[in-house]
Amino acid sequence: MRFDSLLDSVGHTPLVGLPRLSPSPDVRLWAKLEDRNPTGSVKDRAALAMVEAAEKKGLLHPGSTLLEPTSGNTGISLAMVAKQRGYNLVCVMPENTSAERTQLLRMWGAEIIYSPAAGGSNEGVRVAKAIHEQNPEWVMLYQYGNPANAQAHYDSTGPELLADLPTITHFVAGLGTTGTLMGVGRFFQEYKPDVAIVAAEPRYGELVYGLRNLDEGFIPELYDESMLTTRFSVGPLDALKRTRELLEKEGIFAGISTGAILHAALGIAAKADTEGRKVDIAFIVCDGGWKYLSTGAYEGTLEEAESALEGQLWA
Amino acid sequence: MAVEVRIPTIMRPYTAGEKVVTAEGATLAEVIADLDARYAGISDRLIDDSGLRRFVNVYLNDEDVRFLDGLGTVISDKDSITILPAVAGG
Repeated sequence: MRFDSLLDSVGHTPLVGLPRLSPSPDVRLWAKLEDRNPTGSVKDRAALAMVEAAEKKGLLHPGSTLLEPTSGNTGISLAMVAKQRGYNLVCVMPENTSAERTQLLRMWGAEIIYSPAAGGSNEGVRVAKAIHEQNPEWVMLYQYGNPANAQAHYDSTGPELLADLPTITHFVAGLGTTGTLMGVGRFFQEYKPDVAIVAAEPRYGELVYGLRNLDEGFIPELYDESMLTTRFSVGPLDALKRTRELLEKEGIFAGISTGAILHAALGIAAKADTEGRKVDIAFIVCDGGWKYLSTGAYEGTLEEAESALEGQLWA
Repeated sequence: MAVEVRIPTIMRPYTAGEKVVTAEGATLAEVIADLDARYAGISDRLIDDSGLRRFVNVYLNDEDVRFLDGLGTVISDKDSITILPAVAGG
């Protein structure tokens, strides 16, 4: 496959079957390998779409500075796109994210401002909004509320899935900004409304939920509950177990959030198998495992890996 | 039906610091009412006139009850309920 530039190659990712993890020939699992994007994650789609939308609105000029709250992958994608297009990037990232994320962000030229670990991404969003008030000339694309984030998946991820798997019955993805699920969900609502849209939400350690009170919770502006069929919360032990199974049985080396998504997908598969239904379940492999090697996720016992993740934003 | 309910850090002042408590009820609404009888005030933090509070997520065996039957969700013995505040990802 030939492209004019790296940015032109975003998307068009492979969809691969999982013959060993699928319970039967009638209940099939399919992995969409988003780690094959230029910076190695699904976020390249949203980052490119948000920058292009801002350019169309005339918000960006050579030398402009972007500001973004991100726990990592969106920042890495934005840093790559910004560098290609001649913009600067300042990322606000919680301090409890993996060391590789910091290195990758700096490698692509981003400046990092850390937000406190307690409160996780909620706190990052709050800090970024405060910085934006002090620097109103910076452009905050704001992945949690930018319609171009979901639109990227409506325009590309959804159509790619339907073209590669016309018999698709379920789509499973992680719930973070909600962009993937909202965009793909809207696409299938219009083109194949019987497809179930399933969210897998990472359940972190207690530190991350350390809000001062419940009114400080956060729901991304993009989130529309009516797009989802159901939503599962997946803890670190299940996520790690599935991440390792995916590697052992199918040879796919994925990050930990993908393990959480696979856990939800396998739950649906087991139920369909028991009920004797014929299903094709597609799920997102968000990124590869490279960025999480330092977390200890792939070494020792599951319990050791779980305790190493305590307090980390692993998805 | 007796079920285990996992309480988030932020609500543990109501449960004397307990992380996991037991409550009874045939539906989620009944479980919350029973919780409130044991730990006065906790119900107000979970529900308001319109149902579950906006920033409160409740999971029955890891599935979000908003996609089941909400407060009317039927609870069975040995189920586990997890309460969490809504947080950002990404």
